[in-house]
Amino acid sequence: MRAVTRVVLAEDGVLLRAGLAGLLERFGFEVVAAVGDAGALVEAVAAHRPDLVLTDIRMPPGFRDEGLRAAVELRRADPDLAVVALSQYVERSYAAELLDSGDGQRVGYLLKDRVVDVEEFAGVLRQVVAGGTVVDPQVVRQLLSRRRDPLARLSAREREVLALVAEGRSNAAIAAHLAVTETAVGKHVGNILAKLDLPPDQDSNRRVLAVLAYLRAEG
Amino acid sequence: MIRGKPKTALEALTRRRFLLGSWPWRALAHLLGTPVVAGAAALALFPPALPWAVALANATGPAPVPWETVLLLVLVGGVLLGAALPVVAAPVARVERWRLRLVDTRPLGGGSRRLGLPRRYTDAAAWREAGYTVLLASAGALMSTALCGLLFILGVITVSPLLVLSGEPIVIGVDTLTAPEQAVGYAVGAALVLVAAPYPVALLAAAHAAVGRALLGGEPLRAELVEVSRSRARLVDLFEAERRRIERDLHDGAQERLVGLTLRLGLARVDLPPDSPAHDDVVAAHDQAKQLMTELRELVRGIHPRVLTDRGLAAALGELADRSAIPVAVEADLPERLPAPVEATAYFVVSEALANAAKHSGATGVSVTARVRGGALVVEVADDGVGGADPAAGTGLTGLADRVAVLDGRLLLSSPAGGPTAVRAELPCAR
Repeated sequence: MRAVTRVVLAEDGVLLRAGLAGLLERFGFEVVAAVGDAGALVEAVAAHRPDLVLTDIRMPPGFRDEGLRAAVELRRADPDLAVVALSQYVERSYAAELLDSGDGQRVGYLLKDRVVDVEEFAGVLRQVVAGGTVVDPQVVRQLLSRRRDPLARLSAREREVLALVAEGRSNAAIAAHLAVTETAVGKHVGNILAKLDLPPDQDSNRRVLAVLAYLRAEG
Repeated sequence: MIRGKPKTALEALTRRRFLLGSWPWRALAHLLGTPVVAGAAALALFPPALPWAVALANATGPAPVPWETVLLLVLVGGVLLGAALPVVAAPVARVERWRLRLVDTRPLGGGSRRLGLPRRYTDAAAWREAGYTVLLASAGALMSTALCGLLFILGVITVSPLLVLSGEPIVIGVDTLTAPEQAVGYAVGAALVLVAAPYPVALLAAAHAAVGRALLGGEPLRAELVEVSRSRARLVDLFEAERRRIERDLHDGAQERLVGLTLRLGLARVDLPPDSPAHDDVVAAHDQAKQLMTELRELVRGIHPRVLTDRGLAAALGELADRSAIPVAVEADLPERLPAPVEATAYFVVSEALANAAKHSGATGVSVTARVRGGALVVEVADDGVGGADPAAGTGLTGLADRVAVLDGRLLLSSPAGGPTAVRAELPCAR
């Protein structure tokens, strides 16, 4: 892996594009191209072969889901390409389509508003580039809340843990976040996997995928 | 008083600039057409009226026939006329409604129906048309022909000095014109009368229009109601378009820039050392900006949700369900996009119903269904709560019922005490 992560950025709002480029540079990413529509995004990826694509979903010319279409297309051509898509609102089909592209790794689906928490956002990008899968906490929360069973079997704390797991956090990070011991978190995760009829596994990424696979199957 | 453009010949008559406008010509055009239509109607009614003519001729003739024969002729004529009238009246009424627009531009209402032959004999409107046709063929023909004739004579007298020059003497009532000098006096007088002629012409046209409106129009109240509800629907469409425009402007402008601004504040926050004097201010500013972002997003969602514009009702209902505090199962069978006002109204009905369910019903689950049946979108929100919802108690459903009604739809609420509660909206999709 290269020392510097090379990024192609696609966002039609000029101000926000400049802000995002500044953010990326600030956290050690190299922005090799910053474009304003989906066609230019595909061209820039072909020209620069970046490590990561950060794209708005809604872009010209149609202002529907051009960015997502392009991202899915790019992932099909190169399943190793890391893609993070930003969405103005929670749309399950968007998340599902992205996760279905490639092997479900190196993808992220976030609400646009997340970018303002700059450090967390940069962390998410790094996680995705490293092979992780990140789905916006709100998306996960909503997916969890609308399911009655078998997620209803989970306790409130276990749901909380599951949401954090789905965000791609390690047991240690969850423990720190909830101010409990890591052992306790391990126990919660074990319980969750058992209650969801998923075999226990220590690989955090596969845990996320398992959760998402479950959510997707029901979605 | 501010008055708009006149809509009828009668209104136009009261304006100072009446003679200069188009109304005298419209009234004249109407008047000139009347004898033609009236003549055609009379011609069509003549064959069935033949027995009456025979009876009249025989009753007053030199060799009187027995009264039984006269009675028989009158009866046969009556039956024939009665049979023919509604048939003849239908095309006459159609032409007359069309002509009526010359002198009365207000919507007439009714009259668009085409009845089968048997139904014409039992339909009240068809008999009003028949009455109009009789009036037109008699009084209408008489008065319009007389006025046309009068106008013609006045016209001839006006140009009489020229006619006399060609040598022909012209007889006008009491006098015979032979020389131009003699004719000029009459010509000037006739011309003056002609200038004022538009007033009686318009008056006759207005009277004709009033009779036509009374006999050929739909029930007047109904026509007004149709117009009012159309105008209301136009207003709602306008509001809906305006809401979408405001949402788009906010979304592409303010919202987008606010995210950019907050992002920059976030970067500044990271780069400022915690002991810097500006640190606390920037942190506070960043937090406030984030708060503002949330508030603006909620505001925009309340105006017109973006997901509805972009992805349609099914996706928007899914998002609503996801945000609901109680679990919601959505079943949306909507293969294609629906008219924007229908989608928006359905969305806000479901939104309100879900909010009510969360607030009042104590339900543990809600089901939302949306499907198109018989050209109407039917959305239903049903919960398993305690019921007892009172539409009069300010649940927000009353306002929604108004929105639904504008689209010619219905909003139904079933909420017996003890539950469950079901809200159902039916919205016609074809406009």
